[in-house]
Amino acid sequence: MQRTSVEELKQHAIELRKTAVTMVYEAQSGHPGGSLSAADIIAALYFREMNIDPANPKWEDRDRFVLSKGHVAPIQYAALALKGFVPNESVYTLRQYGSPFQGHPDMKKCPGIDISTGSLGQGLSCAVGMAIAGQRDEKDYRVFAMVGDGECNEGQIWEAIQSAVKYQLDNLVVFVDNNRLQIDGFCDDVMPLQDLEKKFDAFGFDTTRIDGHNMETIVETLDTFAKQKNGKPKCIVCDTVKGKGVSYMEDQAAWHGKAPNKEEFEDAIKQLEGGLPV
Amino acid sequence: MSVTKKPTEKKATRAAFGDEIVRLGESNKDIYVVDVDIGKSCKTDNFIAKFPKQHLNVGIAEQNAAGIAAGLATTGKIPFISTYAVFGSLRMAEQIRQEVCYPNLNVKIACSHGGLTPGNDGGSHQAIEDMAIMRSFPNMTVIMGADYHSTRKLIAQAADKYGPVYLRFTRDTVPMIYDENETFEIGKAKQLLAGEDVAIIANGDTVHLALEAAEQLKEKGVSAKLLDMHTIKPLDVEAVKECLEIGRIVTVEDHNILNGLGSAVAEVMAEEGKGQLARIGVQDRFGESAPYEKLLEINGITVENIVAQANKLLSN
Ligand SMILES: Cc1ncc(C[n+]2csc(CCOP(=O)(O)OP(=O)(O)O)c2C)c(N)n1
Ligand SMILES: [Mg+2]
Repeated sequence: MQRTSVEELKQHAIELRKTAVTMVYEAQSGHPGGSLSAADIIAALYFREMNIDPANPKWEDRDRFVLSKGHVAPIQYAALALKGFVPNESVYTLRQYGSPFQGHPDMKKCPGIDISTGSLGQGLSCAVGMAIAGQRDEKDYRVFAMVGDGECNEGQIWEAIQSAVKYQLDNLVVFVDNNRLQIDGFCDDVMPLQDLEKKFDAFGFDTTRIDGHNMETIVETLDTFAKQKNGKPKCIVCDTVKGKGVSYMEDQAAWHGKAPNKEEFEDAIKQLEGGLPV
Repeated sequence: MSVTKKPTEKKATRAAFGDEIVRLGESNKDIYVVDVDIGKSCKTDNFIAKFPKQHLNVGIAEQNAAGIAAGLATTGKIPFISTYAVFGSLRMAEQIRQEVCYPNLNVKIACSHGGLTPGNDGGSHQAIEDMAIMRSFPNMTVIMGADYHSTRKLIAQAADKYGPVYLRFTRDTVPMIYDENETFEIGKAKQLLAGEDVAIIANGDTVHLALEAAEQLKEKGVSAKLLDMHTIKPLDVEAVKECLEIGRIVTVEDHNILNGLGSAVAEVMAEEGKGQLARIGVQDRFGESAPYEKLLEINGITVENIVAQANKLLSN
């Protein structure tokens, strides 16, 4: 099968950003900042890397994706829609009564969600459990997890990291969306994380640090670094910009969990359609 | 069933977990045990020796244990997290809520050291509020067996029943009440004695006390009905309603009197708008280092107090 090209992935990432921002605008609620910083990684995973089948979301041998920073559900829903897991227009019911698109991912309500998240710090443990099951059952599937940098304040993240190393989970790939912001401001001010790359490395992960908006780099890292079968779990610290692609949201803690008004929304879509300055 | 002989032999119900989990692991390769560095006292050693591929020890990291168990469950495994009740209900409470109960995953939380049974460890290790917390979570089933055999049967049923189950065991030994062939059903109270004057509803390590109390009452001409309410959620509401035909109910539990068995029974009584209730249990205070029996005594969880409370209701 022909794999999706970098150019196509870049286009997909723009689509995902537009859909996510529209969802948050329609709902007048949700988290645009961390959705936009994660968009390029999500696009690479859903449209190139992950072995998944929209017609069979519970396929036993599928790759798994755990959005440990569950508040950025809109970007994952956008990917599920574009990939065909759910009807395209349906995602605009985000956060409405009866919608499968809950404020935070709900595996019981939405096809393609592998675990419910929303309380930060917990999803990575679930990813470890999935990876252990795959390893013990001698299955080839892999587990991808995304954590926020702020989320790494949580002690449970480090418990999960220890266990991934103990159980030699080279079928687990962890992305840190290193956008340097959390809710109350810069991570460095709220709770300094020091060097996350060194920390993961010291805990025993294979670790690398990349530009989380450079699709060529993301793809290459997934093709090489992430595929090494050497008994070590992988961590990719992705330097990103919170709000990436919408100028007034970029690097602004205020856009962590705020919906744009009409003018802001129209401006955002115009900017995104103009493509991303790389 | 009928009870004729006085119970004599004693065993801790954590031993029932140690034995039953081996039987389950043998027949079902999806049964997993997740230990948190207290495997020995939680009695998982035989399981570990026999089924290393179905075992994990994630160290002193209960929150992670809950998340890992949830992840395993998404792939069809049936993980039993094995820990002490105080940690299983409190340290990992939010993880159980978010990753086990909310997605309704097939994870079992198997907890030794329930109630006041870790007497000498002191108040830090005595779980007096665990069933209350677990009872509050949607999708959760909450069980404590009265003795070794009933606990084994209930563990087996918990493994067969899809969904989250909290199982609570004793660290200390408790008398064996039931014989090996007795059957139990999750959510169905076990009637130990029929009676007309007062109904005693007990669970866990207090059932044998209630049994003894019922016998003493009988000698004084008071006929007591006795239920072993091993499942406090879902509560056997019909069984409680039947007790309301008698009208006088004494509940007995090795748990805070708030939000455990006594409260669950009180909820039914209040909604039915009838009956009189006396709740026996931990008196909304922390424990301390002492022999387990001493702690029961301080809290009035004794044969004498059950008899006294029954008589008090009868004299009203
Ligand atoms: C346990 C927990 N505490 C607090 C919150 C509220 N909360 C939601 S997002 C967030 C900040 C997350 O920051 P980060 O992980 O860096 O995510 P991102 O910057 O990618 O949005 C917080 C504190 C939560 N969801 N869970
Ligand atoms: Mg952040």
